[in-house]
Amino acid sequence: MAYVAIADRDHALHDPQTFITKYIWSQDHKVIAIQYAITAIAIGLVALTMSVLMRLQLGFPHFFSVIAPNNYLQFITMHGMIMVIYLLTALFLGGFGNYLIPLMCGARDMVFPYLNMVSYWVYLVAVLVLVAGFFVAGGPTGAGWTLYPPQAVLPGTPGASWGIVLMLLSLALFIVAFTMGGLNYVTTVLQARCRGMTLMRMPLSIWGIFMATVLGLLAFPALLVGAVMMTLDSVVGTSFFLPAVVSMGQPPTHNGGSPLLFQHLFWFFGHPEVYIVALPAFGIVSDLLSTHARRHIFGYRMMVWAILAIGCLSFVVWAHHMYVSGMNPYFGFFFATTTLIIAVPTAIKVYNWVLTLWRGDIHLTVPMLFAIGFIFTFINGGLTGLFLGNVTVDVPLSATYFVVAHFHMVMGVSPILVVFGAIYHWYPKITGRMLNDTLGRIHFWLTFLGTYAIYLPMHYLGILGVPRRYYAFGGTEFIPQSVQWVNAGITISALFVAAVQLVFLFNLIWSLSKGKPAGSNPWRATTLEWQTPDTPPKHGNWGPKLPVVYRWAYDYSVPGAKEDFIPQNQPLDARTPAGREHGIGP
Amino acid sequence: MSLSVAFVALLAGVVVWGLLVRRLTAKSWEAPGSLEDVEAGGRISLPPAKIGLWILLAVITSLFGLFISAYWMRMEHAHGDWTPLAVPRLLWLNTAVLILSSAAMQWARGTARRAQAERVRIGLIAGGVLALAFLAGQLLAWRQLSASGYFMASSPAIAFFYLLTGVHGLHLLGGLLVWGKTVVRMAQPGVELIDVRLSVELCTVYWHYLLLVWLVLFALLLST
Repeated sequence: MAYVAIADRDHALHDPQTFITKYIWSQDHKVIAIQYAITAIAIGLVALTMSVLMRLQLGFPHFFSVIAPNNYLQFITMHGMIMVIYLLTALFLGGFGNYLIPLMCGARDMVFPYLNMVSYWVYLVAVLVLVAGFFVAGGPTGAGWTLYPPQAVLPGTPGASWGIVLMLLSLALFIVAFTMGGLNYVTTVLQARCRGMTLMRMPLSIWGIFMATVLGLLAFPALLVGAVMMTLDSVVGTSFFLPAVVSMGQPPTHNGGSPLLFQHLFWFFGHPEVYIVALPAFGIVSDLLSTHARRHIFGYRMMVWAILAIGCLSFVVWAHHMYVSGMNPYFGFFFATTTLIIAVPTAIKVYNWVLTLWRGDIHLTVPMLFAIGFIFTFINGGLTGLFLGNVTVDVPLSATYFVVAHFHMVMGVSPILVVFGAIYHWYPKITGRMLNDTLGRIHFWLTFLGTYAIYLPMHYLGILGVPRRYYAFGGTEFIPQSVQWVNAGITISALFVAAVQLVFLFNLIWSLSKGKPAGSNPWRATTLEWQTPDTPPKHGNWGPKLPVVYRWAYDYSVPGAKEDFIPQNQPLDARTPAGREHGIGP
Repeated sequence: MSLSVAFVALLAGVVVWGLLVRRLTAKSWEAPGSLEDVEAGGRISLPPAKIGLWILLAVITSLFGLFISAYWMRMEHAHGDWTPLAVPRLLWLNTAVLILSSAAMQWARGTARRAQAERVRIGLIAGGVLALAFLAGQLLAWRQLSASGYFMASSPAIAFFYLLTGVHGLHLLGGLLVWGKTVVRMAQPGVELIDVRLSVELCTVYWHYLLLVWLVLFALLLST
């Protein structure tokens, strides 16, 4: 462990001089984190708007004709892709990863600051290329966020000429950006921790972000391979994925390609991607629960091992997304088994969160509300995952709203609740001011209950057999009239939840200047980022001397201690008892 | 695809066992205290750039592993449209050039350790120029193929040939950028050997790695 990677020094490194080097071409991990976060949230709002337009179409097909069937397909594609990759992945790793890793590990910056800066700018270009899809002839691709060939490339699908190429290009750029960032995150965690910060003293946020980055580094190449090969199919006319298809009455232009191959590549990336989003959320939520329940995290070692186990297992479950793809059915058996196995470490984590709360001194602060909301939503979404993980149940449900409900619960709402919780938690460190508490509570309750009003009825629609991805339902026999009323209700809830996010945005901007000054450690937390000499931390983070760590990250409510928390960098002395007096050791 | 799974599992296994397991059993809540108390041995002190490079190599391995998996699967799924490719003879020569290039880099690395600045320069430049020659040879092989009427869209085997050689070439080009930076830096007055030793070492590791990748790809192209 090179604890001295960026050693103590009394002058800051690569000191920024002008406004531009300080805020635009900045190599400071904190500025880059904010750049990442703002870009991700901005593009996320675009995706949110598209979901509102889609909901209007589904809920009130006779009142609104704002979007055409083509647009519906395009929006569904862009909404999915933006939310999963350009918002969640970028925000958790580029945003929180960048901000928290050096601060929580006690480093002055990332180990490759220049690469870090380039990573953001390439990400921005990727976002711009993605958005450019809206302005080219034919518009963005409407192939569904999974971009399955052959229809992604064939005429008849919206955006089959330009849209799909821009999408693939944008993904390739994103992967390049992520790889540059990811190299930084992993190397910084391995090499630039301050003295005394052993691996097992790292807060779980860092563990989650670290493992998610490792997953991303190994899984994103699969998407890159798929993207490169599909671009060639589309532009050059190769037949990697495209079989001989008579399309729109035209004779086949391709021959012999394998659409299934793309699905394997896509999901070999796509399933780890679920955990690339989930693991940082798991880590962050562990820290929020522990801090706001004033109690050490229950089963710290088990939590770390569970993160590692989930990371490894996530590479052997991908084909549970492909039960209906026509692959060899015996594969389904294998993948159903691994899928159930991965539920074990995940369940361990859930138990440990609940046990952390057990007999804790729970402060129902806004971050805590979001963290507890996450546990509920994640359990709900996780349980329906057990249904869909089994082949015989998945086959009839696969093309229905049950799936939409499941993954929005587990992969949409759950991580977003953590994102909100994390923003309420760390905003005081980032800006020096608290977010408004009342607005925060309004935001939490309306978002939390509103999302249940959206997604719980969708499970029911799914069991009725209402198909997903459809622009309109027409006079289908098995869909009763009541489905339309449910859809209208869902749309009203969705509009409501979308509007509530404006409260959050307002809070973010208003508190920047009007919020209550936070002080350096408003939550009385133990981890290093709250122990910086300045709030917000200055360039170089730690003033003249790097911190030294003497204890794990969860010394809350230690019996006999003066305060109910002991910061990680507080040395031992006779009056601050050691962790072994927790009563949790042997 | 099974190939890449095996690879990822192996890699994860190696990382977990080699680097982490000993540390991951520490009961950190029971062992507060200073650095000396908690760290009895087991330190790795490598420059961050080296760790960064090894992680990058893992990423590139994943990339090529997946390309190779795709190659196998496309071959298996082919419905009678897979016609094996007659690999251009030129590739044998190119392979030899790339091996020489790697050898020259290795020589530069060795002499850098013994602090023989002039030889380092010769080795480094020879390595880079030979790598450029390899790339030129690959381009020539592409032209030979296209001259005999084999374009990318002609058949899947041809498409994969262009794709795999192209991706490998791009990675080598990336290496040459770093190489170019190192050569320019060495030529500046006042730059000591010690300043560029790490760069030379990292370039060499990367060169060997890309040679290995090329040998695997070449074997794959020859055998199918």
